[in-house]
Amino acid sequence: MLRLMPRIATLCACLIALILVVPLRASAQIETPLQDALQTVQPLVASPSRATVPDMLAALIVADAPGTVAFLRAWSDREVYERPEDGLFFFAREGADRALVLIDIDTGEEIGVTSSREVNQIRPNAGVRREVGAALVQFELMNPDPARRIAALESIARSPDAEQAEALEIALEAEQDSAIALRMQRLLDLLNARFATETATRVDAIEGLRGDISTEARRALNQILQTRSDFGETLPEGTNVARVRVPGDDMALIAAYAVLADAGLVPERPGRNAIRDVLRANVVDGTVGGIPVHQLDTDEARRAAYLALQEAGTVAPLVTTADMEAAVAQYVFYDAYLEADPAVTGAARDALDSTRTRISVWQFLGISIDALSLASIFFLAAIGLAITFGVMRVINMAHGEFIMMGAYTGYVVQTVIPNYTTSLVIALPLAFAVTFAAGVLMERLVIRHLYTRPLETLLATFGISIALQQLAKNIFGTQARPLTAPDWLAGAIQVNDIVSVASIRVAIFVMAIGFLLMLLYILNRTRLGLEVRAVTQNPGMAASMGINPDRINMLTFGLGSGIAGVAGVAIGLVAQVTSEMGANYIVQSFMTVVVGGVGSVFGTLAGATLIGFLQKGIEWFNPANTLAAQTFMVLFIILFIQFRPKGIVALKGRAAGD
Amino acid sequence: MPFDIPRNTAATKRSFLISNPSVLWFMGLLGLFTIGVTVLSEGFGLGLISTNLVKILGMTLCLCLIAIAMDVVWGYCGILSLGHFAFFGLGGYAIGMWLMYARTEINIRESLGRGTIPPTELEVSEAVAAQIFGVVGSSELPLIWSFAGSLPFQLAMVVLVPGLLALVFGWLAFRSRVTGVYLSILTQAMTLALSLYLFQNDTGLRGNNGLSGLQNIPGALHVPQAVISMWFFWASAFALGAGYLLFAWVVSGKFGSVIRAIRDNEARVRFLGYNVEGYKLFVFTITAIVSGIAGALYYPQAGIINPAEIAPIASIYLAVWVAIGGRGRLYGAVIGAAFVSLLSSWLTGGGAPNIDLGFYRIVWTDWWLVLLGLGFVAVTLFFPKGMGGLFDYLVRKKP
Amino acid sequence: MMKKSLLIPAATTALLAAAPAAANCPIQVGVLHSLSGSMAISETTLRDVMLMLVEQQNAKGGVLGCELEAVVVDPASDWPLFAELTRQLLTVNEADVIFGAWTSVSRKALLPVLEELNGLFFYPVQYEGQESSRNVFYTGAAPNQQAIPAVDYFLEELGVESFALLGTDYVYPRTTNAILESYLLSKGIAAEDIFVNYTPFGYADWSTIVGDVIGLGAGGKQVGVISTINGDANIGFYTELAAQGVSADDIPVVAFSVGEEELSGLDTSRLVGHLAAWNYFMSADTPENEEFIATWHEFIGDTNRVTNDPMEAHYIGFNMWVNAVEAAGTTDVDAVREAMWGQEFPNLTGGTAVMNTNHHLSKPVLIGEIRADGQFDIISQTEEVPGEAWSPFLEDSATLVSDWQELECGMFDTATETCVQLTSNY
Repeated sequence: MLRLMPRIATLCACLIALILVVPLRASAQIETPLQDALQTVQPLVASPSRATVPDMLAALIVADAPGTVAFLRAWSDREVYERPEDGLFFFAREGADRALVLIDIDTGEEIGVTSSREVNQIRPNAGVRREVGAALVQFELMNPDPARRIAALESIARSPDAEQAEALEIALEAEQDSAIALRMQRLLDLLNARFATETATRVDAIEGLRGDISTEARRALNQILQTRSDFGETLPEGTNVARVRVPGDDMALIAAYAVLADAGLVPERPGRNAIRDVLRANVVDGTVGGIPVHQLDTDEARRAAYLALQEAGTVAPLVTTADMEAAVAQYVFYDAYLEADPAVTGAARDALDSTRTRISVWQFLGISIDALSLASIFFLAAIGLAITFGVMRVINMAHGEFIMMGAYTGYVVQTVIPNYTTSLVIALPLAFAVTFAAGVLMERLVIRHLYTRPLETLLATFGISIALQQLAKNIFGTQARPLTAPDWLAGAIQVNDIVSVASIRVAIFVMAIGFLLMLLYILNRTRLGLEVRAVTQNPGMAASMGINPDRINMLTFGLGSGIAGVAGVAIGLVAQVTSEMGANYIVQSFMTVVVGGVGSVFGTLAGATLIGFLQKGIEWFNPANTLAAQTFMVLFIILFIQFRPKGIVALKGRAAGD
Repeated sequence: MPFDIPRNTAATKRSFLISNPSVLWFMGLLGLFTIGVTVLSEGFGLGLISTNLVKILGMTLCLCLIAIAMDVVWGYCGILSLGHFAFFGLGGYAIGMWLMYARTEINIRESLGRGTIPPTELEVSEAVAAQIFGVVGSSELPLIWSFAGSLPFQLAMVVLVPGLLALVFGWLAFRSRVTGVYLSILTQAMTLALSLYLFQNDTGLRGNNGLSGLQNIPGALHVPQAVISMWFFWASAFALGAGYLLFAWVVSGKFGSVIRAIRDNEARVRFLGYNVEGYKLFVFTITAIVSGIAGALYYPQAGIINPAEIAPIASIYLAVWVAIGGRGRLYGAVIGAAFVSLLSSWLTGGGAPNIDLGFYRIVWTDWWLVLLGLGFVAVTLFFPKGMGGLFDYLVRKKP
Repeated sequence: MMKKSLLIPAATTALLAAAPAAANCPIQVGVLHSLSGSMAISETTLRDVMLMLVEQQNAKGGVLGCELEAVVVDPASDWPLFAELTRQLLTVNEADVIFGAWTSVSRKALLPVLEELNGLFFYPVQYEGQESSRNVFYTGAAPNQQAIPAVDYFLEELGVESFALLGTDYVYPRTTNAILESYLLSKGIAAEDIFVNYTPFGYADWSTIVGDVIGLGAGGKQVGVISTINGDANIGFYTELAAQGVSADDIPVVAFSVGEEELSGLDTSRLVGHLAAWNYFMSADTPENEEFIATWHEFIGDTNRVTNDPMEAHYIGFNMWVNAVEAAGTTDVDAVREAMWGQEFPNLTGGTAVMNTNHHLSKPVLIGEIRADGQFDIISQTEEVPGEAWSPFLEDSATLVSDWQELECGMFDTATETCVQLTSNY
């Protein structure tokens, strides 16, 4: 065991010596070797911290008590308890009524019942667990359970260490599972790149990482390329210099001077506040350096006063820009690699540079996929509106509330049917049915009476919108409700370490395409679609051809609302269900329709795509501020409508309707 | 109907007030109301009306002022602007910057002045910036605050910023003949963009935090709020009176006839040779300026302004007030704004008694918005002339 | 974010409220929490806690032999309304003390009224600091009682070297992140290893930002996320984290605005191991906490309801106020204020909270890991940390201190030895 843990053992040589000197307590009671070993480092076991865990591990390994590994595993899984009065450690299992049954860690015997307040559960944090995991790698790598071996490999990936290479090599030879062996080989390469002793081995390993865009490869390379800032009168021999900084050029003059001042090589440069403080300390009879205090309300006057003090020799001299330049010119400022071997850093730099273009391409692809996902959400939210607004010229401000209604339908279904997949399958058509009915009802009761007054439809539907929002609040409360995706939609499709897209977003994209095709089919290939188009183009003529415009209007409105309901379920799955979720989408949806071109399904598609890509594009240029992207997008749309008032896909001729 | 008939002869111009008795009535009532409140107030009278209520009434007057502006632009000119609250907010921000800066500067000069050495101008402005922007994690004075210390400049901004925004936006929109619902959506997008813009900290107007402490007037920091609230009440009443007079005059003359004609049939007016875009632009801009002034009077009474104030929903409420009050008649807008906003604050402020039905308890806080929404639908469907129309009906019946 | 109530707010009951009561009984306790609008979700619970505490105190015989009466008003998440209702509570209802507010904006809105009318106010929520009003007692955490210890934990225990500070774009994240940035720089973290991002309220489209955070891992340093994301937006954020397979072992997230209440609506099984820092967790295993939870469940009539940090803050604040009134023998604001200094009361998590003369509490800092059941495993608990009104890590406030007892100033500049100002910034 000692042989396998040289790192920690050497790290704590003194501790070992200490333990060897301390006589083992009561050698007669040898039946509790693990407890005894633990007691030697009692505080470290009882209150674990990342800083102290190596010491603890070292001590336990030296003691080499049976069951140490199992104990450490249980300890990091928070299954160990400490009894405060005697500081002993126990395993425990839950008994009846908040009670705990304590189990001896050496014998595994149950030794009594206690309450959770009598003992402290020891809760090592993630940092400690990582350290323990890395230390246990040696034992886990040979574990017959493949899951444990994979977990051990993840441990290595998280905290790679020079000593792991040896154990990994041994394990690799014995490994039967080809997938795990592949992973082992890969980690071994990464370890070799960083820690191998031979330069050639390292460079070879680094060459192997050339063009590799995975996060762990780049992490390893970047770790090799870590630098520190330093300065000296000349560039020291044997330093692996990354770059030389020229003060005033790629390093602020003041900063360079401050570095020197910190090192005590030059006097501190008194700043504005320092000058003020000095003057304040040197007021004599209401004057400083002969200048009355009340005149010291400009920087010039203060400077003059300071210079006067300087003449008198009472204060440190001012440092001018010329002084700073002169001082700084005597030194070289540089960044040096922590890694001393230039061959290694050169290879790593090359390998890293070789990934740059590919990373940009992938990143661009990633952003495009995000944009596409956003566009499909916008499309889903807006397409129902495009039908009612575009085909019927009805402004439905309550459209957002139909989205919300659909989402809440999904939420209610989920509370009734616990299986997420089943509930989703039921929720989608149900949401359509509910909002279809609501849409038809609204058309019959309100909108029908207002076809000649479009502006007033806007107002009336707004009234409905606030009433519905408040109703939702009264029924479901103001708290956001989750709509949980089934497990098969919960993950992500991982293309590589740069591009990954949540499955649910893919599903929404597919759904948007589905709706697009369905609408195109309905509008262009069915009797209903024909009649809708006829009513759109000329209601009077359509009516005289035997089409009932009332019925068509009703059905169109129902269809548009129903789609909003389904969109609501989809949006609820990626975001949150609140009574205000519809309001968040309504203005954006209108803009999507208007930008795309009213009355055209393709127009809405174009509008959603444009807005989605635009928003993501702006975000890319200014990643720190998402609000800015939204603002600029709205501004752009306002301007766009100036120049193309009819939208991207403008209807021509009489159908354009003006 | 007293002033719905276009009159554009020289004779009527002379006797504007006489031919518009509703204006005289309105002025009289407003005057009586102002005197009444003054007499009953804490600051100057019997103390029967609390300072709180004076502030609420003063703010209501400001809302009435923006409501008549909305009425002119929508009820008379047919432009359903869903963005006039943006101008209201900008007016508030313009005056708020001065109130905040000047108040903080007074404090800073006082505290720095106590030091042994007088502060430099730079130190003062840095300290002011640190105080104003410290709460949002910054300490630099943004460029737009350069003249915030100057009252005349910021007063000019109250008029210029909303005016210019309306001019540019209107010019762009009307030039490309964006009309009807498109224009409504565009104005809504404008106010959305503005509120999103102001929500950003980087804008330099303290983001979501907005400007606060506006009720403390620099130079009058030791005057009790009971008195300050009356000052603002008077100013609001005066502004409402002046605004009413201005708009009543504007809509009663030939100009009024033209804009009403634009509302009813824009193409025909254009064919008659009128510069329709010019008329619309003028109406849009002048109402924006009046909205800005209303905002500048409102927010010192409210005490705080933040971007949520100009979210699209606020402008929609404005349209609701005007619609409920009655479009196309100025007093209708005043009635609508005062009635709906006071009722709503009464019902949501916990003042109204809840109704216990035995099986269900109607809590007004929960149901008021449902009621308002449905009531609004009913008004649109059945009483397109709103409450003002009811008023007309009564007036016409009597004589 | 939208405005739900109309622009003119507030009770017009003022007209009828002439003739102020001369007697001091019953003692009026103002409760100023939003019961409608966007903040209602968080604040309604605090209203209920206040009603419970008042009821409990009355059962014990009230204060100074007087019955307590809770005056509940609804500022409807509308910031100007906070100012207006504060004026109403102080002048019309003559409240002797007010417990209320949640957001910093609402606190800043009511501060001028409070200072003008010399009211007494208890603010129960963790906040960004940089304030110490004469009239406010801050029972929530200051940054050094929540954010700084959490960052220390990241640095020391998790070995995080690259930080992503994600926040909602408003005052608390802005100021907290400004403090943290300068703190991290002072700890030797390079500026390029600090990634800051702000998103709007209710933001839902998290895929790009989460992707950016994962991308930070390529830099070769352990990445950690400090989240000041507020409210609803957390749902989308954590969903996206889970979807992209970010485990707490790879990229730990510590949140300052996510507690039991916020998690109660979420499926937390995918969030296990992520962290939160507070002064209180419901899972704290003490007799006081057990009793508090039992009382709460009995009062609210629902054993599924959780308790959280601001509730404990009100619990401590209210009890300290009761003790201070008893000590002062009057409800007079100035007397009670002075009696508040040095008040001690047991925390629900063990130990004792002390009210300092800068009007902030000394409280222990707890760090918890999210469990699958929506509760937290407490993995770190410090000794009581005194709250700092002014952060030493920001240049502008480095020399400022607050001490209302000795210096009689909430904003005292130790460099110039002068009181900068007596009123607060708002």
